[in-house]
Amino acid sequence: MAEEKKPKKLNPKRTAVQEQDPALRRRNFEEVSLGYSAEEAVLEASRCLGCRNKPCVAGCPVSVPIPEFIAAMVSGDFAEAYRIIRSANVLPAVCGRVCPQENQCEGACTLGKKHEPVAIGRLERFCADWRMKNGARAVPEPAAPTGMKVAVVGSGPSGITCAYDLARLGHKVTMLEALHEPGGVLFYGIPEFRLPKKIVTAEIDTLRQMGVQIMTNAVAGKIITLEEIMGRFDACFIGVGAGLPRFMGIPGEDLNGVYSANEFLTRTNLMRGYLFPEYDTPIRTGKRVAVIGGGNVAMDSARTAMRLGADEVTLVYRRSEAELPARAEEVHHGKEEGLRFEMCTLPTKIIGEDGWVKAIECVRMELCEMDQSGRRRPNPMAGSEFEIPVDTVIMAIGTGANPLLTGTATGLVLNRGYIQADPETGKTSIPGVYAGGDIVTGAATVISAMGAGRKAARAIHEYLSSMKR
Amino acid sequence: MHKILEKKLLRPPDVFFYKVSAPQVAAKAKAGQFVIIRLHEKGERIPLSLAGIDPAGGTISLIVMAVGKTTGEMAALKEGDEIRDVCGPLGNPTHTENAGRVILAGGGFGIAPLYPIGKAFREAGSRVVSVMGARSKSLLIYEKEMRDISDKVLITTDDGSAGMKGIITDALKGELESCGADTVMAVGPAPMMKAVCEATRPFGVKTIVSLNAIMIDGTGMCGGCRVRIGDKTKFACIDGPDFDGHLVDWDGLINRQKMYKAEEKESFEAWKKRHNLS
Ligand SMILES: Cc1cc2nc3c(=O)[nH]c(=O)nc-3n(C[C@H](O)[C@H](O)[C@H](O)COP(=O)(O)OP(=O)(O)OC[C@H]3O[C@@H](n4cnc5c(N)ncnc54)[C@H](O)[C@@H]3O)c2cc1C
Ligand SMILES: Cc1cc2nc3c(=O)[nH]c(=O)nc-3n(C[C@H](O)[C@H](O)[C@H](O)COP(=O)(O)OP(=O)(O)OC[C@H]3O[C@@H](n4cnc5c(N)ncnc54)[C@H](O)[C@@H]3O)c2cc1C
Ligand code: SF4
Ligand code: SF4
Ligand code: FES
Repeated sequence: MAEEKKPKKLNPKRTAVQEQDPALRRRNFEEVSLGYSAEEAVLEASRCLGCRNKPCVAGCPVSVPIPEFIAAMVSGDFAEAYRIIRSANVLPAVCGRVCPQENQCEGACTLGKKHEPVAIGRLERFCADWRMKNGARAVPEPAAPTGMKVAVVGSGPSGITCAYDLARLGHKVTMLEALHEPGGVLFYGIPEFRLPKKIVTAEIDTLRQMGVQIMTNAVAGKIITLEEIMGRFDACFIGVGAGLPRFMGIPGEDLNGVYSANEFLTRTNLMRGYLFPEYDTPIRTGKRVAVIGGGNVAMDSARTAMRLGADEVTLVYRRSEAELPARAEEVHHGKEEGLRFEMCTLPTKIIGEDGWVKAIECVRMELCEMDQSGRRRPNPMAGSEFEIPVDTVIMAIGTGANPLLTGTATGLVLNRGYIQADPETGKTSIPGVYAGGDIVTGAATVISAMGAGRKAARAIHEYLSSMKR
Repeated sequence: MHKILEKKLLRPPDVFFYKVSAPQVAAKAKAGQFVIIRLHEKGERIPLSLAGIDPAGGTISLIVMAVGKTTGEMAALKEGDEIRDVCGPLGNPTHTENAGRVILAGGGFGIAPLYPIGKAFREAGSRVVSVMGARSKSLLIYEKEMRDISDKVLITTDDGSAGMKGIITDALKGELESCGADTVMAVGPAPMMKAVCEATRPFGVKTIVSLNAIMIDGTGMCGGCRVRIGDKTKFACIDGPDFDGHLVDWDGLINRQKMYKAEEKESFEAWKKRHNLS
């Protein structure tokens, strides 16, 4: 059909993607977005202007060559498109799904100034999924063995990326993971309906095929100290994340029915509580659920609660909707699925009865709407107290640094619990020890953790090369 | 995969002893720590205290009371079977420096961790008095082992079939009145530890307890094991499991242990039905 390149008329709207009907998907754990078909993908790819200055690439934390991979898609060469993406990003199937594209690549897209930006994330996902379905398994050939051994602690996106790059360079990588399943937040945190676990498992399998040894149930700091790691390995990367859940410190937080988002999501994802009693780990969602917070973690918890059968799920956030830090697409999906939003609202107390949650007491916040740019704190409005009757409360107000490894590592300089590391190399205060991801930056994004893993791998490679001489 | 090298019925019908191959855990573990195990792909993660640590042999010992689905499944395992996941050692070791005169108070499966703890106290030069309670003589476990590591052993049974008739706190109070102690360490079901703390409080004796909050990861990641200690919230898995018993919010802990009662029952009943057990 497409034989000549006429100056095409640009569609101001991005190509729609098939999604599960909200009325159905709010009760199941299957993926929300079904992804583009090949025709839809090419149609969307052809919206790209191929800008010389590539603002989209500048917006991507790992500089995926966006116009180049999109051009390959337009010509129908999905394998080449995948290859181009993969040169910069080892987890495209993940990033295409979970990157906050509106703040990154798509936020910078030229088309976005007047129209809707190119759906870069969906295209990236398409290529990755296409590859998984059609391509031979993409296991890169590692370089000749260097004889150097590196330990990677933590198997989240930073650790995966670092291990991948180091293995490719011929180093012998051993990965230590505290849980019984590798993947970090990608496995235990982000729910199945947003990121199917088989994608994460496939990426981990690739690492294994590249010769990375993965030791699960291995809590560094307990089974091996950092000192011992450095005795047995030539270098170490620490990517242990920022997994320590915070609570608000309001009365009633120890009642039955109060969860941290981490516990709620771990029971559901890692332990497959949504399949109880086929799987042994129980999870309890009452009929009315309040989720405190406004980020991705809050949104994931709220939508998970809905899928576990809650009648009413309310998101309680102290600022206004415009400031919700969650990905725009998730907010949109959550609304379609019937989440209630109580914005500019702060919980002050959890009310219990016989040891169980019965209601949550809140106040309205003022100055909230004007809070867009500055960090002016919203203030509680006197006399605005009200109660929301609930039987489950999920706290998704952020996490802190976990002390298990860092607390036992002498000589490792910390900053309020987080590891102090050079942002360009991941270098820490101990020679040969590098760190990256949430344990350095505090809770951030998948792609920034991956970027840190990649930079550290490069620095570790240089360090090992200099050592050899 | 971790092979069960030895299994025996310690106290009929439901308390079992296991020796499990776990060389890396054994190399690092100290008295007072625990492991989290998962039996199979669909299994729950459950914490179990270390009842014995053998670094040379590369094994750990566990004493498990079959109370529900997972421990019930574990009771059905045989020597040579394997446990899919063993994660540990977790939690902080018990401080077992020379503490002078130490009384160990154990109830139920609490005797399990007290054995290595008592041994460590003794090796550090403490004098160890063990107070063990059970409903009747046949329900006592690990008596011989506890005698091996104790300078004195006091036994109480509800029916008087062994030792003195009464409950553990009676013997404990008597011992504190007659000889005193520098430290009391209690491990067992929460109501028993609570009672011990109430008994020791008037004597002003430092009382350490090992808390058994419901856990998942055991790494500080989920917050499910949180307990109130004085005016602070602590995570039993990484801040504990040992705490000053006089500061513990016992009613809060006991309430949280009941969070999944209904689901646990459902799961256990369904499992028993599938296996034609009553
Ligand atoms: C529910 C949820 C939803 C999110 N949604 C998004 C999203 O949509 N988009 C986005 O970009 N970001 C999202 N994020 C943030 C993103 O997932 C994180 O920023 C990212 O995973 C951090 O990667 P990491 O490699 O630093 O660590 P993590 O992914 O946290 O992995 C760390 C790993 O280290 C292990 N570990 C910890 N301590 C030890 C130890 N002592 N020894 C051995 N192993 C240890 C942990 O068990 C874990 O597996 C979300 C986060 C959560 C919790
Ligand atoms: C630090 C620690 C050390 C322990 N050491 C031992 C030991 O040495 N020997 C022993 O027999 N038992 C021990 N326990 C208790 C043991 O973990 C529970 O008996 C077991 O989890 C019950 O699981 P179930 O499926 O068989 O029974 P269920 O019917 O599921 O539960 C029975 C009761 O056990 C408790 N429980 C359930 N799930 C968990 C969980 N994930 N974590 C903690 N408690 C839970 C609850 O209070 C519940 O009401 C310990 C617990 C902790 C926290
Ligand atoms: S990795 Fe993320 S930010 Fe970069 S192009 Fe892909 S979706 Fe966009
Ligand atoms: S900015 Fe947008 S239109 Fe321009 S090259 Fe990048 S994706 Fe294409
Ligand atoms: S068991 Fe999850 S934080 Fe303690």
